Amino acid sequence: MLIFLSFCPKAAWAQEPPYQVTYSDSLEEPGNLEVALKNAAGSPENGNRFLSGTLELEYGAKAWWTTELYLQGQTTANDSTIFTGFRWENRFRPLLTQHFINPVLYVEYEDVNFADRSLLEITGHHSVSDLAIPNAAARAEVERSLEEKLILSTEFRGWNFSENFISEKALNESEPWEFGYALGVSRPLALAAGPRPCILCRENLAAGAELYGGLGDTNGFGWHATSQYLAPIISLSIPKGPTVTFSPNFGLNANSLGVLYRFKISYEFQQAFHHWPWRSQ
Amino acid sequence: MIAVMAVVISAAADGSWLKRVPARDRAKVNPYAGQADAIAAGGRLFADHCAQCHGSGAFGNDKHPSLRSERVQQATDGEIFWLLKNGNLSRGMPNWSALPEQSRWQIIAYVKSLGPSEPQSNSNSQEKESQ
Repeated sequence: MLIFLSFCPKAAWAQEPPYQVTYSDSLEEPGNLEVALKNAAGSPENGNRFLSGTLELEYGAKAWWTTELYLQGQTTANDSTIFTGFRWENRFRPLLTQHFINPVLYVEYEDVNFADRSLLEITGHHSVSDLAIPNAAARAEVERSLEEKLILSTEFRGWNFSENFISEKALNESEPWEFGYALGVSRPLALAAGPRPCILCRENLAAGAELYGGLGDTNGFGWHATSQYLAPIISLSIPKGPTVTFSPNFGLNANSLGVLYRFKISYEFQQAFHHWPWRSQ
Repeated sequence: MIAVMAVVISAAADGSWLKRVPARDRAKVNPYAGQADAIAAGGRLFADHCAQCHGSGAFGNDKHPSLRSERVQQATDGEIFWLLKNGNLSRGMPNWSALPEQSRWQIIAYVKSLGPSEPQSNSNSQEKESQ
């Protein structure tokens, strides 16, 4: 890790909205690597408390293409700590200039077992009862799936409005297409920077809210028997340091957790591989 | 390989994006132009978001154009604002529309405050080393 950091002397905070689930049209700047740890903690009514951890490596391959690898695990009280799988996602910007609504296309391959507690998105008829299955039983079932998202995003007077429409298809099981959505709105607390460096000042803070959940599947589209969450968000981007994001996610129906707490810390390495020997050849 | 790189860099820095700027964007006025506080704030934003590619002195490097060239310094604030909003994605310049408009104008105020200049040979090599 120290060797890695020695090649990446410059760090900065990212410019993305503070969402934990919703994607905006912001892509990683080309050559930059963002390393993030996403945590989600909850306590299902008929299950054990859990804490999931997701390591996220996001790289700007091109100005119009961002690729990302996730490694996931979780620990459950009175049960075990396990690795739950990986995801590889790619986001593409099809239009080369900005418009009032800006689309981004998202494609992800997932190899994740049923013990996953990250809830990076909600699709299909996901239920809180899924979170009460013991790890030994849940990890035995692995789903390899392809997930697509249509991401739409608007910037208006400092506000960001983002809408995600999600579809997911299991590749190794004969399950129907599953659907979900995520909506987000956010704004930095100050739109202009101050002349002097600061940490706990409005320009480094952003706030917002997310609404997300499942939309059933091809056998039953809609909100029936799905989980739904509403989450206020706050983030602090420390200059030359990490960005910290926190959001309590409130379940909106009996199929959802009462509260799911999300915490994310991310750090962006600028021109991460610029100094590597193979880059200069 | 070097010849190919030279062509790519030359194309990236040819300023062809200027032809795509609509007239109404070209005429936009920077509300922060010449303001000392805005220039200082723009300098901080530049260091955080732009210096990684264009260098701390904005002289560019072997892959990214100088922002102190005559072409950039003579571009209108509105033209540069359009570039920050839209980027030049096919040439590697990301868009910065997620940065609030006010912040983007502050960056432009800072870049314009630098004025046109060619790097000294010593400072140029230091610049490249610092990338």
